Amino acid sequence: MALTFNDAIAKYEPTLGLEVHVELNTLSKMFCGCATEFGAEPNTQTCPVCLGLPGSLPAVNGKAIESSILIGLALNCSIAPFSRFARKNYFYPDMPKNFQTSQFDEPICVNGYLDVEIETDEGMKVFRVEIERVHMEEDTGKSLHVGGATGRIHGAEYSLLDYNRAGIPLVEIVTKIIPGTGKYAPQVARAYVTELRDILRSLGVSDVKMEQGSLRCDANVSLAEIGSGKLGTRSETKNVNSLRSVERAVSGEMVRQANRLEKGERIIQETRHFLEESGETRPGRSKEQAEDYRYFPEPDLVPVTPDADWIETLRATLPEKPSLRRKRLKAEWNVPDKEMTSMVNAELLDTVEETVLLGADPTKARSWWLGEISRLANEKEVAPISLITPAQVAEVIALIAFGDLTDKLARQVVEGVISGEGTPAEVIEKRGLKVVSDDSALMVAIEAAIAAQPDTAERIRGGNIPAAGALIGAVMKATGGQADAAKVRELLLKHLGQS
Amino acid sequence: MTAISRDEVAHLAMLARIEMTDSELDHLASEMDVILGAVARVQEVAGQDVPPTSHPLALSNVFRADVVIPSLTPEEALSGAPAKADQRFKVPQILGDAE
Repeated sequence: MALTFNDAIAKYEPTLGLEVHVELNTLSKMFCGCATEFGAEPNTQTCPVCLGLPGSLPAVNGKAIESSILIGLALNCSIAPFSRFARKNYFYPDMPKNFQTSQFDEPICVNGYLDVEIETDEGMKVFRVEIERVHMEEDTGKSLHVGGATGRIHGAEYSLLDYNRAGIPLVEIVTKIIPGTGKYAPQVARAYVTELRDILRSLGVSDVKMEQGSLRCDANVSLAEIGSGKLGTRSETKNVNSLRSVERAVSGEMVRQANRLEKGERIIQETRHFLEESGETRPGRSKEQAEDYRYFPEPDLVPVTPDADWIETLRATLPEKPSLRRKRLKAEWNVPDKEMTSMVNAELLDTVEETVLLGADPTKARSWWLGEISRLANEKEVAPISLITPAQVAEVIALIAFGDLTDKLARQVVEGVISGEGTPAEVIEKRGLKVVSDDSALMVAIEAAIAAQPDTAERIRGGNIPAAGALIGAVMKATGGQADAAKVRELLLKHLGQS
Repeated sequence: MTAISRDEVAHLAMLARIEMTDSELDHLASEMDVILGAVARVQEVAGQDVPPTSHPLALSNVFRADVVIPSLTPEEALSGAPAKADQRFKVPQILGDAE
């Protein structure tokens, strides 16, 4: 009988460690001037430096250093006054130089932390994730394994290499071990990567697109029996390409390890690959001997020694922390916890804020984006923001506020904009959706309705206010639904001497 | 006491993916021992007042601006490749089946 997640956490205590690699969004590579555009034709963004041709010399991208320092500052790290690049030597064709320029024992940022908040049985709880180091390195080329059944490296006949990505600035953010998360380990892992992504995005240093690999997470997981006071052997799961996958990879690995331990089998220290479809992991490249990287200081580059002035100048440019911004917006907009969470999870916070900054009421802006627009976006399987702009939504909300549109008409306008019929004004014009608010036009319809149903009108005159519904309905029908029902009611009752 | 053992040389050869015969290993182990011995003498000269360095020039913070410069064409980039396919470098099987 295999152990479930609940069985696993009843007996075992997980320890996490997370390594996040983030590609910086500099225009040029880390050590050469080649472009960094994603998805370019193979080997169109290479030069003697990133191809490791003899005699070429690297030159450090200053913007990448600044971005790395900003990341360190945002993660509450100390910035090292002296930091050096090192060669990580290995023979694997994803780096044509036969080494990766990285940092070893002298990383640029050390000893930080990031607080993440997750929902627990006892309400929202903050977990502090301590950061061991933030170091600079370069990304590797992309391998395509040909032959063999699965496109995997094992059994491939040969591999094809595209070095466009080789040399793109990469920053690796490594946590210390994260103990004491218990059953919340998967959520803590996800919350950490989410918060980190939001911080990196707010800093503007990376595209942070997990699906394109500009943000990648390796999850280290180990289990030990609760109360044993020991640390178990860890596995490292790679290929975790979405926030949801981070959570699934950690819980999947906890269950796998618990089942092995339960059968008396040992956990092998190894790299595993996350399988998106099943949520399981499979063994990857063996690291047993690959660990011998023979690091040594990069002789072609001089040290990086940021002085206090430079660091403080950069610190002064740090944007508001995403967690503080969420708290501020939640208070300003008076949003309940649950709705705030849905907005954040739907990644609509920026969009709603933009709409509000354009003058829309926060509650209305939130309700449009999370409601009607998200619904249509789900149907089309696209992001809400790809359908309509915050300015257009703000315009529709303003038109409702001015009484030019009813909610019902507004939905048609939004639907029209999304169907590509033009701006809200154009849709209103083309579809003739303006609210009939002209009193005299409404009065004509009201009088016609009274003439058609004299008995009803008589009952209303006699004080039977609920009977007004029938006449209001008739007016709405006559105006094609474009009248404001409340206005019709008001005019009708007044006309019949009831207000 | 030798500076490097025959086993260490064999390990280095494996890491560098250089196949070596037993006699080559014997030969290289003694030769590398002499080289390391010579280099070690530098450490005797460098006293406490000489900081370890990784670069001959006493410079730091040498950066270039984040500016794109034209890359090689794919044809140029691949011109020295022993094998290529689909505008990519073609390399032999990376890991054996057994691994």
